[in-house]
Amino acid sequence: MKKIAPLLVLATLAAACSSTPTTKDVPVTDRTTTPPTQATGPTSTTTPTTTASIAANPLRDPSNILSKRSVYFDFDSNAVKDEYRGLVQAHSKYMTEKRDTKIRIEGNCDERGSREYNLALGQRRAESVKKVMAVLGVADLRVETVSYGEEKPVAAGHDEAAWAQNRRADIKYAGE
Amino acid sequence: MKKNLLFFVCWALLAFAAQAQLTIDITTSGGRQVPVAVLPFSGENTQPQSVSTVIGADLARTGLFRLVNAMGVSPLPTEPSEVNFVDWTARTAEALVIGKIEPLPDGRVEVRFRLFDVQKQSQLASFSYVVAPAQLRATAHRIADVIYEKLTGDRGVFSTKITYVVKRGTRYELQVADADGANSQAVLAANEPIISPSWSPDGSRLAYVSFDQKKPIVVVQNLAQGTTQIVAAFRGNNSAPAWSPDGRRLAVALSKDGLTQIYLIGASGGQPERITDSSGIDTQPAFSPDGQWIAFTSDRGGSPQVYKMPASGGAAQRLTFEGSYNVGPRFSPDGKSIAFVQRDAARYRIATLELGTGQVQVLTDGSLDDSPTFAPNGKMILYEAQVGGQGQLAAVSSDGRVRQRLTSSAGDVRDPSWGPLPTN
Repeated sequence: MKKIAPLLVLATLAAACSSTPTTKDVPVTDRTTTPPTQATGPTSTTTPTTTASIAANPLRDPSNILSKRSVYFDFDSNAVKDEYRGLVQAHSKYMTEKRDTKIRIEGNCDERGSREYNLALGQRRAESVKKVMAVLGVADLRVETVSYGEEKPVAAGHDEAAWAQNRRADIKYAGE
Repeated sequence: MKKNLLFFVCWALLAFAAQAQLTIDITTSGGRQVPVAVLPFSGENTQPQSVSTVIGADLARTGLFRLVNAMGVSPLPTEPSEVNFVDWTARTAEALVIGKIEPLPDGRVEVRFRLFDVQKQSQLASFSYVVAPAQLRATAHRIADVIYEKLTGDRGVFSTKITYVVKRGTRYELQVADADGANSQAVLAANEPIISPSWSPDGSRLAYVSFDQKKPIVVVQNLAQGTTQIVAAFRGNNSAPAWSPDGRRLAVALSKDGLTQIYLIGASGGQPERITDSSGIDTQPAFSPDGQWIAFTSDRGGSPQVYKMPASGGAAQRLTFEGSYNVGPRFSPDGKSIAFVQRDAARYRIATLELGTGQVQVLTDGSLDDSPTFAPNGKMILYEAQVGGQGQLAAVSSDGRVRQRLTSSAGDVRDPSWGPLPTN
């Protein structure tokens, strides 16, 4: 009995609760105090920026290829398609010129399949982009590859049109 | 035989807690159901909880029992000498449960129950419990556990807990609930995804993957204290925590050295020790109950398949061969089989693999089933099903005959993990 005391406490408190789902006595870790400040990708609506800052920052200039950040993948594939070579080359060139920049490449998957395996698949997509950049001279330590798996779809649908948008790797610069 | 039963597992005390409202829809096919009569306990109508109702719902939910109508019995028998076995035989009951609840001067109540074999007119079990009225529901589950074990020979799991993730909009909650879905409580709330929760073997902690740092990291949370500890936040992905049976270590999937591989790490962190070394993805580790083996997903052979390897490291052996997608293994509590996710014609189902014979049985018929987790008695497998684009919890008996769907008003419910048996 001693070992399950915490669980019984939960059950007891739950029985005593009324309209609020979490009672004050149950330890709840709340991480919602800071709202998410997800860096904006090309598919998101961007935060307002002045003309001057756009001119100063090629990463945000819509007419500059550096503002394009997403590489899309075929189903079950982590091959970087030819149509995204120019985008990856542009970012590689930028990074070799601005040697203090660091990036994170975030892989994503569509919803099909097992959650944890998708997390690893997303990371492999990010790693594929990183490998192309490495060939173009970007040092390994300046690029971290992570994944959101199927957890952060940009398109909410359950069809190929949505899935195609969600099979993706996004390039995020440090500080964005 | 097909039978649908609806149970509204939403009791008066929790009527206002929206996420506690779980409707459990049971389907059974084949197999005999033992007819059981659970009589109202004398004195329970003045208590905050109808003990006999909870016991009956617990038993019926397994699909192994049929509840015999116990209406119109007056006076209610509370002693063996008062039981009219001829009447219960006529009502086709094979087992009979009677009980009474008596208030004590200190505010607690004494709950006494007896279980009878109707045909033999003999008593199979008799227990009494002295508890606070608020504990009546938990006491009902303990009584149901005793009845289940007496009638089936297997441990009951009605007193266990489950955990799962609820997504509402962009908000995520890690919830803990009774095995029947009642008494759900949020133990963590976040604005970033939470995935892969897993109970420690002693039930005191949950390991899970948090995205609060804009990438997956592994966290262990102590339930009684509400404290959290980051166990793995290395460069890249940190995910798929699986407890060793002694609760001291976790097997985790890390991508710190390139693609995702499996490592062992202390349950409170430390230096990870890499135990797989493939050129593909190795992830979703699971310890065997004896701690000797780790089953995992690997696509080293070109397609993702289930493998096993010694927990101390060493050569891996492929276990699944049918189809091009077999992932997410979980050992049964007796270590004799593995539940996993199998893709067949673009549909993802829960299947089991009998390790001794290599026989595979597909248990579910969903389109996107995931995250199987065994009940600690091995009889049921809880999993995530997708219905109408939303995650819902569902369960299937490990022989495939009984199916439960747990429909919740809470939103998107996913990633369940079934907790251990209480140690009492």
